[in-house]
Amino acid sequence: MTTPTPALACTGLTKRYGALVANDAVDFELLPGEIHVLLGENGAGKSTLMNMLYGMSAPDAGEIRREGWTVTLGTPTDAIALGIGMVHQHFMLVPVFTVTENVMLGAEVTRAGGVLERRKVADELRALSARYGLEIDPDARVDTLSVGQQQRVEIVKALYRKARVLILDEPTAVLTPQEADALFGVMRDLRAEGVSIVFITHKLREVLAVADRITVMRGGRIVGATTPSETDEAGLATLMVGRDVSLRVEKRVAAPGPDVLVLENVCVEDHRGIEVVQDLSLRVRAGEILGIAGVQGNGQTELVEVVTGLRRAARGRLTLLGDDVTRATPGHLLDAGVAHVPEDRHRHALIMGWSIADNLVLGRHDRPPFARFGLRRFAAVAENARRLFAAFDIRGSGPEATCQSLSGGNQQKVVLARALSGTVRLLVANQPTRGVDVGAIEQLHREIVAARDAGAAVLLVSAELDEILGLADRIVVMYRGRVVSEVDAGAATRPALGLAMAGGVGAQGV
Amino acid sequence: MERRRLLFIAAIISVLVGVAAFVGSARVPPLQIIASMLSTTLAVATPLTLGALCGVWCERAGVVNIGIEGTMLTSAFFGWTAATALATFTAAPAGLCLLGGVGAAVVSAMLVGLLLSVLAVTFRVDQIIAGVVVDLFAVGVTGFLNRQMMFEHGGLFGGVAPQSAGVMPHVRIPLLADLPVVGPIFDQQPIAFAGLLLVALTHFVLFFTRFGLRVRAAGEHPRAAATVGIDVRAVRHRSVLIGSAIAGLGGAYFTLESVPSFEPLMTNGRGFIALAAMIFGNWTPLGALGAALLFGSAQALQINLQFFREAIPESLSFLQQSSIVGLLPYVLTMVVLTGVVGRTTAPAADGNPDDGRG
Repeated sequence: MTTPTPALACTGLTKRYGALVANDAVDFELLPGEIHVLLGENGAGKSTLMNMLYGMSAPDAGEIRREGWTVTLGTPTDAIALGIGMVHQHFMLVPVFTVTENVMLGAEVTRAGGVLERRKVADELRALSARYGLEIDPDARVDTLSVGQQQRVEIVKALYRKARVLILDEPTAVLTPQEADALFGVMRDLRAEGVSIVFITHKLREVLAVADRITVMRGGRIVGATTPSETDEAGLATLMVGRDVSLRVEKRVAAPGPDVLVLENVCVEDHRGIEVVQDLSLRVRAGEILGIAGVQGNGQTELVEVVTGLRRAARGRLTLLGDDVTRATPGHLLDAGVAHVPEDRHRHALIMGWSIADNLVLGRHDRPPFARFGLRRFAAVAENARRLFAAFDIRGSGPEATCQSLSGGNQQKVVLARALSGTVRLLVANQPTRGVDVGAIEQLHREIVAARDAGAAVLLVSAELDEILGLADRIVVMYRGRVVSEVDAGAATRPALGLAMAGGVGAQGV
Repeated sequence: MERRRLLFIAAIISVLVGVAAFVGSARVPPLQIIASMLSTTLAVATPLTLGALCGVWCERAGVVNIGIEGTMLTSAFFGWTAATALATFTAAPAGLCLLGGVGAAVVSAMLVGLLLSVLAVTFRVDQIIAGVVVDLFAVGVTGFLNRQMMFEHGGLFGGVAPQSAGVMPHVRIPLLADLPVVGPIFDQQPIAFAGLLLVALTHFVLFFTRFGLRVRAAGEHPRAAATVGIDVRAVRHRSVLIGSAIAGLGGAYFTLESVPSFEPLMTNGRGFIALAAMIFGNWTPLGALGAALLFGSAQALQINLQFFREAIPESLSFLQQSSIVGLLPYVLTMVVLTGVVGRTTAPAADGNPDDGRG
């Protein structure tokens, strides 16, 4: 049997950033009409590889072939001309443009004088979306669309440019399970039409559901190639991480105590004055983990900001251990034992250019034992860092190195270590393992469970359903600023939660 | 433009015109004052409109331009110098000298724009700093050259008395200019008319053409533009140059249309008020025109009150202080920028040097 000529292939592709080798002599082959999963952890080099295959960055060495012909991809324009399309992890859509404008941008259809032919393109899009079952409204403004719809626009954008090779970079990271399933359906339809697809992900379940072939990357190299019939989740995880990992969180049954945090009819407005949390009531008890599931952007961010004092509730009441804290400041809440792991560690948790030791005392840097009479006590700061480095297994070149120098997982350990180093009554953890490698996730989860077992109440917000299912004792689902479902973790099922996340259950009834 | 803002602009202009008509009614028939106010408003709004259009072009592409003031000052100077030199040393008719002056104004403005875009787009210098550099540079260069030419070493004209080219002649639009009350609106000088045409043209190009789509994409999401193969830097350079050329026309207004002379610092903050007009106009050409007319009407009030200062009633004597009325454009600027008359939204990547490279 002869192997067909690969739709897209590369040999010996290498990319260095300074001393870091992001891609080390990578060989990769995408066959025509296959769905090829590229699996790897954050930082494994998947995006670097795809950026080179899409002309976004130039390789330092190696060769790229499209249907057997050696090609040079200097810019995305070259890739587009060769029928290569890419759907980026962070959508490349202009929010204030219509779907039509977004799709045509860079490939505009015009009549004399460069005047845009919007209607003609819109009609083409309708035909295209009918053919591939990608339902979109060409005249809708993109910022009015859901994330799933925006992703369809991205795919249509590539197809409009006659893409025969489609690169999907972590496309399911922002989708509900149902939306992800719909995407897989679209991918299979595209495959039937002869489109070859590279599907980049780190979610093992999806790999097995949709892949024809699987290539695994680690540390900038290809470390394995397999097919779904030859492997399982555990096997893939081992290949991806390089050692055996436990995918299950070990924890005892919770022994909930009294209420720590109570929210009554809380309404929150965002910076535009739009009510993004509506009439929300919930309670978190000592010794339990309350998981808040939901697709990003359904009010979770603002809810966490209110609970940590970073934003005022427009209406409603917050109680912490019986005290009214509706108008409390972040400093007051910190003193009262509210620990916070913010959603975006770079923007809200760490000062990246400062030392790890200083970051580890941030928030308590101005009081004993870390300061006295307004002067800092460096010995205490150093001692604190030594202790937390050991306790949380922070791996870096030492406490005096900057946070910048740490990997994402170790940065997150610093954030969690600082949060848990005081007396913790309530831990608010927002996306605690986002962009963190599997090995570090294991440990972060263990620490969160340990905090619970030590009697803290834990409010866990995560867009990863697996994380919620693995950690939480009780689960509420947020949709459009409201709680649309509340279940005990034992009774929770993935499809039911997914449906609630999409607003399918209770959304109308509430 | 949203209804609320349009109503606000119409209301303020009506009030100011009404004040002028009321105050001067003892001496001049109110209809004549209204006609004069409307016509003056359009005339003095011209540099604001053109400056604001410059801002729209630059910021829609993602480049904050606070150097409009300096661009207009520079072009006012070089436009005037060129027109005067032509009138002094050649036998060309005044019209041709003025046209040459306008050309020099536009070219000098584009050179200033090039300075800004090289700093801000090529070298990704902080755009506020780059704009301040342009403004300070313009004050220094025009002040220095003006002194050198006029007073030192016998001046540019080598002892020859400079011949003024005068100012642009009025152009009457047939029929419309003969209408009662609103007629004087259609009896303006060429740059004022050009301003209105450029508003329409900018609107058309920005919202209906390929180039406009790419300009707006560069200002909203440069990375998205880059991933579909658009050269964001090139788009930004072009946008800044187009905007600066328009600001050059605004500079020419000062020395070739308003008065036939140059004075140091004569733009007097108009470039910054133009920026306010751009913001209040929500980064749209039509909105910018509306806002420019609003600020223009405040300035028109000051000018018209000077004609009948003695007629101002005793109870309104504070209006005799023209400096108080002169504050009005600046006060209005501050009021509209607070956002009490509706919020505005800047292009998402305005001032963001990211161009999707590297």
